[in-house]
Amino acid sequence: MSTPDTNPPSLYAAREPIFPRRVYGKFRTLKWWLLAVMLGIYYVLPWIRWDRGPSLPDQAVLLDLGNRRFFFFMIEIWPHEFYFVAGLLIMAGLGLFLFTSAAGRIWCGYACPQTVWTDLYILVERWIEGDRNARIRLHRQAWNGEKIRKRAIKWTVWFLIGLATGGAWVFYFTDAPTLMHNLLTGQAHPIAYTTMLILAATTFVFAGFAREQMCIYACPWPRIQAAMMDEDTITIAYREWRGEPRGKQDVAGNGDCIDCMACVNVCPMGIDIRNGQQLACITCGLCIDACNDMMDKIGKPRGLIGYLALTDEKAEREGKTPKSVWSHVFRPRTILYTLLWGGVGVGLVVALFLRSEIDVNITPVRNPTYVMLSDGAIRNAYDIRLRNKHGEERWYDISVTSAEPLDVAVEGTQDLRIKVPANETYEARFYLTAPAGSPAAKTGRSEVTVWIADEGTAAQPGKERVAKETVFNGKED
Amino acid sequence: MCAKKVTKAAPGQVETTGHSWDGIEEYNNPLPRWWVWILYACIVWGIGYTIAYPAWPLISGATQGLLGQDSRIDSQKEYAEWDAKNGPIKAKLIATDLNAIKDDPDLSAYAERAGAAVFRTNCAQCHGAGAAGVQSLGYPNLLDDDWLWGGTMEDIHTTVTHGIRNTTDPEARYSEMPKWGVDELLDATQIGDVVEYVLQISGQEHDAAKAEAGKTVFVENCASCHTEAGTGDRTQGAPNLTDAVWLYGGSREAVHQSVFYARFGVMPNWNARLSEDDIRAVSYYVHSRGGGE
Repeated sequence: MSTPDTNPPSLYAAREPIFPRRVYGKFRTLKWWLLAVMLGIYYVLPWIRWDRGPSLPDQAVLLDLGNRRFFFFMIEIWPHEFYFVAGLLIMAGLGLFLFTSAAGRIWCGYACPQTVWTDLYILVERWIEGDRNARIRLHRQAWNGEKIRKRAIKWTVWFLIGLATGGAWVFYFTDAPTLMHNLLTGQAHPIAYTTMLILAATTFVFAGFAREQMCIYACPWPRIQAAMMDEDTITIAYREWRGEPRGKQDVAGNGDCIDCMACVNVCPMGIDIRNGQQLACITCGLCIDACNDMMDKIGKPRGLIGYLALTDEKAEREGKTPKSVWSHVFRPRTILYTLLWGGVGVGLVVALFLRSEIDVNITPVRNPTYVMLSDGAIRNAYDIRLRNKHGEERWYDISVTSAEPLDVAVEGTQDLRIKVPANETYEARFYLTAPAGSPAAKTGRSEVTVWIADEGTAAQPGKERVAKETVFNGKED
Repeated sequence: MCAKKVTKAAPGQVETTGHSWDGIEEYNNPLPRWWVWILYACIVWGIGYTIAYPAWPLISGATQGLLGQDSRIDSQKEYAEWDAKNGPIKAKLIATDLNAIKDDPDLSAYAERAGAAVFRTNCAQCHGAGAAGVQSLGYPNLLDDDWLWGGTMEDIHTTVTHGIRNTTDPEARYSEMPKWGVDELLDATQIGDVVEYVLQISGQEHDAAKAEAGKTVFVENCASCHTEAGTGDRTQGAPNLTDAVWLYGGSREAVHQSVFYARFGVMPNWNARLSEDDIRAVSYYVHSRGGGE
């Protein structure tokens, strides 16, 4: 039976502001280091130089969309090799699976840009507005001079960080020093300014105001992650058997939890870890630091909140020794993810080293498949696409081996060689001709091997040549 | 901090809407308020969009939108932009000697691509997308080394510019083969004989006795255009009858039909439709398909 409700609860909830308190401890320290390293990489990477010769950019990491090249230190990726990028994305995906099944949402807690920038923004907030209590007071007080001043300073610093974020992003797509000069002198392309402003705005809003709302409502990852976690996954948990019943320390029968709310006050997600694993928990470990600090103060052993698996909680409650960390981490699931991850990685590295210096595609022209010449000879045309990945122009020789003799000719030249400008893809056309009445002219389809040899340079004669299989179409009687 | 309307019964429990059906209660996980505001903002944006851009259908046409956006105008602007960008290279293409185009890498790359586009749009209808022509209809194959009116850059350029046997350009290439059968210029025996002779000089199976008789007919009637040896005359567009390439086919029936009814293939003069740079580009494209001389 349903009972009529005179005051139904709202279907929409306003965001409850969160004021994470400052915390000290090993996880907080680790997070600061990770933040410094990751932001350092992000901001510094586009400025590293890498000499590739005169005709190629000297930026170590460059996504040159205009010229369709990806540069990553000694690796250069052309559009037809985009499978490398796809492979890296697959590795990133499998890596997330691996880390999630082994250690829960450590990506979310330590490495996700949303977490890193939010951490940075909270740091700024704390410098300007003070710690938790001061911020709550400021939040509640009316808009007076102090509040306006503090908010204005905070938002300005936030926006500058956002601008630097978007600024670093655009440096990955073009020569960084040139762009910096152009940005400062107002000569950069409008797209650069627009990108910077959009990224500055999203950083400002996401890290300044949306924060945990992004993790809870906007990000699909927390919803997927549950499928990768099981009872052996190491996550952050409250040892309920030890802490409950919570309450005053000196009352007999009470657990170790003194209900000081330290774990709740430091939580950037605004949750209570003592309610158990929950969707909003990003496993950043700050509640562990806060609780350990408190346990030290009241003279209780650390680890009331800690990294543990669901099976550990159960074992500890029954007085058994929990499994070791390694036996949690090494289990079929994580081994499978590691093998898949490593397999893709090895495949990519092998593919990288097996890449031929000579990159060529040969396509027989199929409209028409053959042409009869005035003397009755049968000629086939082929489109050849040569990629010269060298920093200087190169000549490539064409020759053919086939069961029956065929004449070779290259369109527009008397030579059997094709010049390809430096760092370019060049398309040419060559012809194979079977003399009138010859076996190849009368055979519907015969196999042909086309050899492409790199002539190299004067100082360094080319040694490499590649073979491409193709077909010759004759006129069947 | 705002007060919660419903206190949770125990840690970890979710509040309910208060609805209960056969003991099944409905959880209430309220949506964030800002989410709803984004929905409203999208609705407002959507309304604004339909006002700013062409959207609402009317009885004839549709609302034009306040911004006056029109994809037709946009694409015309884009054409103009590209024409302006290609202006210098088009001028260079016109100024360059036809035979020197291939020596300039930029110019030849442009001529090749522009010519391919012109060919696909204007020429492919008859000559085929691969330029192989259609023998049954007498559209010449442009890939082989046999040319009716010549295969040099200049020859091809002239043919494309003025066309063949059209009535719209006085400079069009012109020649006309007599209808030997229809107009009763030759009788059936003579035609049969000359067909055998043509089969003979093109190296095909033939009746030797008839061919011998046909030779006389050929020399008296056909040689003035096709030459005595039958090798044709490019100044008149008279095909070479001794080679392996046939405009309308080289079988006995096809040759007989050509002699009896004659042929009169027409090509438009493209100077009426294409600009000089496009004509030069497509000439270059055709020349570089394998048959160029």
